[in-house]
Amino acid sequence: MFAFILRRLAQAVLVMVSVALIAFMLFQYVGDPVVFLLGQDATPEQVRELRGQLGLDQPFLIQFWYFLVNAVQGEFGISLRQGAKVSRLIAERLPATLELALVAGVLALAAGIPMGVYAALKRGSFVSQLFMTISLLGVSLPTFLIGILLILVFSVYLGWMPSFGRGEVVQVGWWSSGLLTANGWIHIILPAITLAIFQLTLIMRLVRAEMLEVLRTDYIKFARARGLTNRAVHFGHALKNTLVPVMTITGLQLGGLIAFAIITETVFQWPGMGLLFIQAVTFADIPVMAAYLCLIALIFVIINLIVDLLYFAVDPRLRVEKAGGH
Amino acid sequence: MKLTATMLACALALGTVGVQAKTFKWTSASDIPTWDIHSQNNALSNGIHAAVYESLVYYNSRTFKPEPVLATAWKQVSPTQLRLTLRTGVKFHDGSPFSADDAVFSIDRAMSKTSNFAVYTAGIDRVAKVDANTIDIFTKDPNPALVSQLTELRMMNKAWAEKNNSIAPKDIKTQDENFAHRNANGTGPFMLKEWQPDQKMVLNRNPAWWGKSEGNVTEIVYTPVRNVSTRMAALLSGAVDLVLDPSPQDLGRIRSSPEFKVVDGVENRTIFFGMDQFRNELPGSDVKGKNPLKDQRVRQALYQAIDIDTIARVTLRGLGQPTGALVSPQVTGWTEAVHKRYPFDAAAAQKLLADAGYPTGFEVDFACPNNRYINDEAICQAVTAMWARVGVRAKLRTLPLVTYFPMIQRYEASIYMLGWGVPTFDAMYSLQSLVRTVGAQGDGNYNVGRYSNPQMDALIERAKKETDLKLRTELMTKALALQNQDVAHIPLHNQVIPWAMKKNIDVVHRADNRLDWRLVKVN
Repeated sequence: MFAFILRRLAQAVLVMVSVALIAFMLFQYVGDPVVFLLGQDATPEQVRELRGQLGLDQPFLIQFWYFLVNAVQGEFGISLRQGAKVSRLIAERLPATLELALVAGVLALAAGIPMGVYAALKRGSFVSQLFMTISLLGVSLPTFLIGILLILVFSVYLGWMPSFGRGEVVQVGWWSSGLLTANGWIHIILPAITLAIFQLTLIMRLVRAEMLEVLRTDYIKFARARGLTNRAVHFGHALKNTLVPVMTITGLQLGGLIAFAIITETVFQWPGMGLLFIQAVTFADIPVMAAYLCLIALIFVIINLIVDLLYFAVDPRLRVEKAGGH
Repeated sequence: MKLTATMLACALALGTVGVQAKTFKWTSASDIPTWDIHSQNNALSNGIHAAVYESLVYYNSRTFKPEPVLATAWKQVSPTQLRLTLRTGVKFHDGSPFSADDAVFSIDRAMSKTSNFAVYTAGIDRVAKVDANTIDIFTKDPNPALVSQLTELRMMNKAWAEKNNSIAPKDIKTQDENFAHRNANGTGPFMLKEWQPDQKMVLNRNPAWWGKSEGNVTEIVYTPVRNVSTRMAALLSGAVDLVLDPSPQDLGRIRSSPEFKVVDGVENRTIFFGMDQFRNELPGSDVKGKNPLKDQRVRQALYQAIDIDTIARVTLRGLGQPTGALVSPQVTGWTEAVHKRYPFDAAAAQKLLADAGYPTGFEVDFACPNNRYINDEAICQAVTAMWARVGVRAKLRTLPLVTYFPMIQRYEASIYMLGWGVPTFDAMYSLQSLVRTVGAQGDGNYNVGRYSNPQMDALIERAKKETDLKLRTELMTKALALQNQDVAHIPLHNQVIPWAMKKNIDVVHRADNRLDWRLVKVN
């Protein structure tokens, strides 16, 4: 077990360094922040001087080395756009993204699982067909379009929901929460739905497929032969076994929710990390972009690690194979 | 009984506040980088800072002549010495009085190494206090544009800056923020109440402001919204009162809507094409051994092949006014004569090309930004097609601004698009950067086609030193005419900037695309 974790951690470090390197290489081509900082009237001398001060005139490998040394200490330098520490900016934005991802995740699970179960049990019924059609739309419609459509209907035409922003937030220590005020909840509904729809349809289809699979197995037949009620068979036995792969996928998708929030955050002007990243891209704000990519990579690596460990805990067969025989 | 009276008084008080309180909510794509007024020279932040921090003089929003703000009068004592009398009885938001010490400190601060306002302090040698309400500005050479430059140098409280460790402007490269980055203490009509970068900014009316406001706004709320569709939705759903940068394709709908209106203003920014007139052979061209763009006839042919009226009508949908001058009409030095374009004439263009030795045209590199100016990419596509009709095969490449500007500054484009705004409203700003031979101290710093004409340089140098304002203006007009004669650049149009807002909002559209906070009215 311990060796397994160590091996995983070593792999994680390798992944992180690779991501950092690739990100850093890409940034050589995104443009020159100096143009923004100095405006169009700058003289060549000013440009040279600023490049020197920012270290942009150093060779690539040296720039990368400085970046790594600082990154390990959690320091990503100063944002070129906002002139504040990147670590502080990320810390300010992180709560918004995590809350959005959390609400969207809960929404996807709470709606996706029942819909999937229903579609499996009442296969062929009108409502099931409807669910499947809607899920197809959810998978194929791009997120920004869903977001814009929701804004158009619920904010512009009906006027029920705010069209952008996070609303009132309450500061709890360093964490700013929008989930403690009614205003915050109204603001989170549309973005959360937008972000959740893809995951929701994915979970629904997964649950349906798994459920159909499980319902065909022998132990379900035996359970029915024993005269158990439909309710006990479906929810006591079938659903439980369906959920194991769903949990794995959901865990991995949580990383996806955080990373894919970029588009949703842009459409709804949600002040999270994704918006920070997009704004950094248009400004060629290299420190922020680098920090964001590394952080997302880190989140994925950690979630992967946890999922691996959970697998270990949930599936007894893995443990048995490791323990026995050798 | 007493209780009832108190309640009544409270209700009355609340009632009157309710009637008077007018909140003005607006949005545009991005937030300002900092509240430190001398740190970064950014058009949006200069405009927003002006609500809180005032300068000695400021352009009148209607006439665009410099008018007194914190300075009540100014006089040229000698050609290199400007004496300014400061307004008395002005207080900063923290209650301390504004004096000559603050003015000297602020201009010095803008001149310091970590400031980005060199373009507005250019030529200033030193600033000296004469007495509590008078200062002298000494320039290295006679500088007729000095008063215009002062419009962007805002006044900060010396004691406040010293107390809060913000004597030097916030440096981009320093470790983290200074106090003045998130806090503000000016003399302006509004006070900074709250700023969450990229989320929300709230300004409150300054009850102790010295001036008289034409507007009625008591609170300004600014929420940047990056996505243009979301920004428009915010206006349509009533969440904001004004969008500074609406999407061009939604304007028709907004104009015809009964609840909204669009206020157009000619921005003080001219869009033009520049051409490489330096290389002896253009990279990527099929003409070998010579540079066709060095030939005035070729440049004029490219010019006359452009049907600018069609571009203005179809591509820009009215958001551009065709011009033959390199500066817009508000700029000193502009005249009707230099504004006149060479007419659109494809036959004449073809003849000019044939005369120059290119009867079948030639191939040439053509670069444009795709997210900087209004419909920039579409304009370049239209022009590519127009040039193709006279035989010039332009190989168009479009780039986002972050890569475009460094590229053209490395002189890598043969034909390029550029837009030039003139914050000083003085043609020298354009002439020096765009048509002066590349040299030191800002000369030709955006002359990236490297046009060079000794006659032009002589005119510009004479105008720089000329203190007779009338003569100086004439020299600049001559230089603008010479640019047209040489076809050093191909002027296209002056941008028209639309602001979209609710019907009940009254604003004055300033040519520098910023709001004048003293004039905003919510009806």
